[in-house]
Amino acid sequence: MDVLPYLVAVWIFLIGCYGLATSRNLIHAVGCLAVCQSATYVLLLAVGYRDDATAPVFSDLEPGARPVVDPVVQALALTDVVVGATVTALLLALVIQVAKRHGTVDPDELSELRG
Amino acid sequence: MNPRTRLRLVAVGGTGLAVLLVAACLRLPDFGGDSHPYGDRAVRDSLARQTANTIASINFDQRAFDTMGEMTILFAAVVGCVVLLRQTRDEHRARPEPADVTPPVRRYALIALPVALVVGLYVIAHGQLSPGGGFQGGVVAATALHLLYLGADYRALERVRPVGLYEVGDAVAASAYLVTGLAGLIGGTAFLANTLLPYGTFNTLSSGGTVPLLNAAVGMEVACAVVVLLARFLDQAVEIEEESGK
Repeated sequence: MDVLPYLVAVWIFLIGCYGLATSRNLIHAVGCLAVCQSATYVLLLAVGYRDDATAPVFSDLEPGARPVVDPVVQALALTDVVVGATVTALLLALVIQVAKRHGTVDPDELSELRG
Repeated sequence: MNPRTRLRLVAVGGTGLAVLLVAACLRLPDFGGDSHPYGDRAVRDSLARQTANTIASINFDQRAFDTMGEMTILFAAVVGCVVLLRQTRDEHRARPEPADVTPPVRRYALIALPVALVVGLYVIAHGQLSPGGGFQGGVVAATALHLLYLGADYRALERVRPVGLYEVGDAVAASAYLVTGLAGLIGGTAFLANTLLPYGTFNTLSSGGTVPLLNAAVGMEVACAVVVLLARFLDQAVEIEEESGK
């Protein structure tokens, strides 16, 4: 079962995409985008995992005493979290404006243009 | 496009994407495998520069330039939210009524507030030593302030949270990161290169060269950014009302 963690990430990503495509509510769509994004956390952490390893922090660990998991992908996951949070905040702000101007958050009803 | 056609299109595209992704996964290195060339090099560099937390070393030393981009994204998103969520002409502000808070909630919120604030500052300050750092600690510290909203009411929160000041703090922290990077140029090395300050003693607060400084700048920026973001969203929910009455 060496590929199972990667397949979990694929599954989370696809289920998020399905939610995005079928969403009838913009807030729900923003949530689905967050689900898609969480697939990348799973993938990154799965790539960095190493058997019998511990966290790459040496404050209470003798350097070289134990193998450590890959710190590079952990740093990338941190970047991912920050960017994901800001994108979610910006999208939710847009949804608030859409709701105010059009009185609806259903993407299907937002087809007409309005000044 | 009616929902049925769209669903069919999604099914076709999704299946294709799924096949490609699974094929890619089968070619990835084995899960839990022992070969992590980038990770091993990152750990070696981090130890060479006396930074106990390898992830802090990657973020604020080896990839410091990328982190600047990340911080800029955060800053731009805050500016975007401030613009999007401003009070428009057909809206007015209504003073929120003080709400009743049950005594246990009030008690625990007010006990947890200073503890959470100190934890947040601790996580920022010890970013180069223990798990955590500016991004995480900043969020904890900013969230701590909002316990006042749960424990008391919105006006109490507003008193400890002059939003204008936090907006200035956000900009100042972002500039501080840039200035620390430029200091390297003045010192005769490269932008954001961690060669200016002594690396200090391993596993003490003053280790890692410029890592703690950049860490602190990011911590301050994140804390201010989260406060400003939440303030804008809370304003929309609590204070701003449409002119034509709700």
